[in-house]
Amino acid sequence: MSTELDLSRRSFLLTSSLIGSAFVLGFHLPANAANTPDTEINAWIVISADDTVTIRVAHSEMGQGSFTALTMLVAEELNADWSKVKAAFVDPRENITRKKIYGSMSTIASNAVRKSQEYLRNAGASAREMLLSAAAQKWKVPANECVATRGVITHTPSKRTLSYGAVAAAAAKLTPPEKVTLKDPVTWTIAGKPTKRLDIPDKVHAKPIYAIDVVLPDMLHAAIVQCPVFGGKLRSYDESSLRNHKGITKVVPLENAVAVIGESYWQAQRAAKALAITWDEGANADVSSAGIATFIDNGLAQAEAPSARNDGDTKGALAKAAKVVEATYRVPFLSHAPMETQNATLRFNPDGTVDVWAPTQNTEAVMSTVAKIAGIDPLKVTVHITYSGGGFGRRYGPFGTSDYLEQATKIAMAVDKPVKMIWSREEDIQHDYYRPVSAAKFTAGLDTAGNLVAWNTRISGHSLLSMGNPAAIKNNMDEGFLIAFTDNPYAVENLHLDYAMRNTPIPVGYWRSTHHSQNGYFRECFFDEIARAAGQDPYEYRRKYLAKAPKQLAVLDTVAKAIGWDTPAPKGIFRGIAQVDAYESFVATAVEISLNADGTPRVHRVISAIDCGTVVNPDSTRSQMEGSVVWALTAGLYDQITIKNGRVEQGNFDTYPMLRLADMPEVEIHLVPSGGFFGGVGEPGAAAVMPAVCNAMLAATGKPVRELPVIKHNAATA
Amino acid sequence: MITLKINGQDHNVDVEPDMPLLWVLRDKLGMTGTKFGCGIAQCGACTVQINGVATRSCVTPAAAVVGAEIKTIEALTDSGNSVIQKAWIDHEVPQCGYCQPGMMMAADALLKDNPHPTDEDINAAITNICRCGTYPRVRKAIHAAANNT
Repeated sequence: MSTELDLSRRSFLLTSSLIGSAFVLGFHLPANAANTPDTEINAWIVISADDTVTIRVAHSEMGQGSFTALTMLVAEELNADWSKVKAAFVDPRENITRKKIYGSMSTIASNAVRKSQEYLRNAGASAREMLLSAAAQKWKVPANECVATRGVITHTPSKRTLSYGAVAAAAAKLTPPEKVTLKDPVTWTIAGKPTKRLDIPDKVHAKPIYAIDVVLPDMLHAAIVQCPVFGGKLRSYDESSLRNHKGITKVVPLENAVAVIGESYWQAQRAAKALAITWDEGANADVSSAGIATFIDNGLAQAEAPSARNDGDTKGALAKAAKVVEATYRVPFLSHAPMETQNATLRFNPDGTVDVWAPTQNTEAVMSTVAKIAGIDPLKVTVHITYSGGGFGRRYGPFGTSDYLEQATKIAMAVDKPVKMIWSREEDIQHDYYRPVSAAKFTAGLDTAGNLVAWNTRISGHSLLSMGNPAAIKNNMDEGFLIAFTDNPYAVENLHLDYAMRNTPIPVGYWRSTHHSQNGYFRECFFDEIARAAGQDPYEYRRKYLAKAPKQLAVLDTVAKAIGWDTPAPKGIFRGIAQVDAYESFVATAVEISLNADGTPRVHRVISAIDCGTVVNPDSTRSQMEGSVVWALTAGLYDQITIKNGRVEQGNFDTYPMLRLADMPEVEIHLVPSGGFFGGVGEPGAAAVMPAVCNAMLAATGKPVRELPVIKHNAATA
Repeated sequence: MITLKINGQDHNVDVEPDMPLLWVLRDKLGMTGTKFGCGIAQCGACTVQINGVATRSCVTPAAAVVGAEIKTIEALTDSGNSVIQKAWIDHEVPQCGYCQPGMMMAADALLKDNPHPTDEDINAAITNICRCGTYPRVRKAIHAAANNT
């Protein structure tokens, strides 16, 4: 049976298993569990009379598994029966009407578990105590004589039992306890145990669970062509160029793009490609990668720059050093390329409300973006929450990354029917917020015994803070850009770090592993160069300078042992090792490679270890670590975004290639949680992979790999 | 009007003959299990089977498959938990999941041809792109499915 979507707070749930039905039925949702009354114990937990427990999830699910992990954390403290637990996304409107009770709904920087675990576990524990109190009151016994296990409360002396569903209504009327004690994770029975992800069955059965899958009555389809030059504008277009095109309904001009509306996406896309458009290319029409490289190099060469660290006397120590090691490292722009390209579907309703479907990392940003563009109250925007076909930072929401939503809203406002807008792959790769271009210039000093006595680092690159929050920039410093150097764990007495901000006309953004993706590579590869200059083994040399960094050391030792660092590699096989801590987790990677005839590496084995403090769902932590290996290898081996005439030169997977199964190394993941904290797991695993590969190439050839992608390094050194 | 035989059923569709099968499925028939990923036969998110052969539907004109047996991911699902899907669930293969219908259709075609593929056979047959990096699990799940057939 189905019922009209009721927007009252008791029933705003959209459970994962019902998303498919929601699409089929438009905005009708099946009724919750046979009309059994639901009781909200607190903002996160709803218990039905039939003992079903619904746990609300505020963060987005884009493949990282937190839809399940966050639910597990609440269920753990609640002492719920996992087989009766469902997860449901929070309607972002509830975060307005309930005054931010759900905190931040933004899903970025591996934050879902890391930043919300404490308040979610508190919510679970608080609800458990309320349910226990309600049962005790019903039995007129002291609450401390009652225990809750798997959704059932037992009065221990009398062995009487009550299910959560039976006392939920009474529990909801109680005042929440002022303070609860959270469990020691070693006692966990749900969290910490391998648990099947809740989103996987619908994904395997290809249910319509992505925004791009929505089908609405009378829906039209929009394709878009954006000005190929960043910052350019639409000047004019000639609609008569479409006179022979079938199925085209309308052309909608936007400030920097044109949308073609049709009866199918294919017809709209074909027409959009054929449309004669004149652009005002603006100030960036002559921007090129060569010019950007010179601009970045000028940042490396400038005499002074604001410093972020100045320990000891680096200049003096370098002057006295027995040996000086110098190197410059460079990385390109990179695109996110999620498999589900940017898209959004909107329906403006006669009553002034709007329905929207869009892949996102932040459903609140979807709501507020549509409301802002349409000039309506955000409470009139119904965000139909879907799984996102990848995200990787592209769909974060703020500082321009809601661009596709803004466009789709404007398009739907210009059309009197529901419209689904889809970006082609080319539009997606050419209109991204890219991992910034960056370079590092290093000088290190060694004494006669090969000790590292001084380390100077200059970073030059495009600040992300300049996009996200330029007002926060003081003295041209963006310390976030320098992470992995500001917190460089190697104990060096004389250490200087400074930053030459070089902001280009190319939009930049957060990209899975963000600053760690370049700084981890810079630091760990240069460290191997230092070790080599000192004539020492790179693993042992790391150990020496990590003596006071036990967590870094532990993961490093784990991968060294696993790959057999103390035994010789088979003939033709070369090993590399690296360690990077990121998002409050500690990761190390060791690899084995061989070299192809053209000098490119063939990666045979990747062994990574992560100490994320506390593991919530072991198998999905492993899958994030596996995925991070692919993410890092794809970018580091093959990919770069280059600019010519203000345009991105790459367009699709033929020019922006992805690693495929045939090139996939054997991957071995070690989970070594040391307890006491919750680190991120979605991104840290990417940071140490490429430095380990490049260090193996250094071991193989004696030549450092100072520029990514590796194909570019090889072309340069061939 | 052309007639396409999809998952054993005839569908009459009023489309231009060069409309790719992908968009006939998605926009004309509402069969959204088959995904758009690149439009140039690179990524394989749109993989279906044409007479048992894994085929990228984004570059397959509808007119070219008139009279052919077209099989989509919906056929695997409608058959209950197919061997492939069971292996995919057991090994928790998907992350974002978007590429997986195409991945499973390619794997299903491989196993029909070659019930016990080696790693090399899998490398040659499964050329689909997964941006989340599920490849190690795809490989394991194919071997598991092969052992269950």
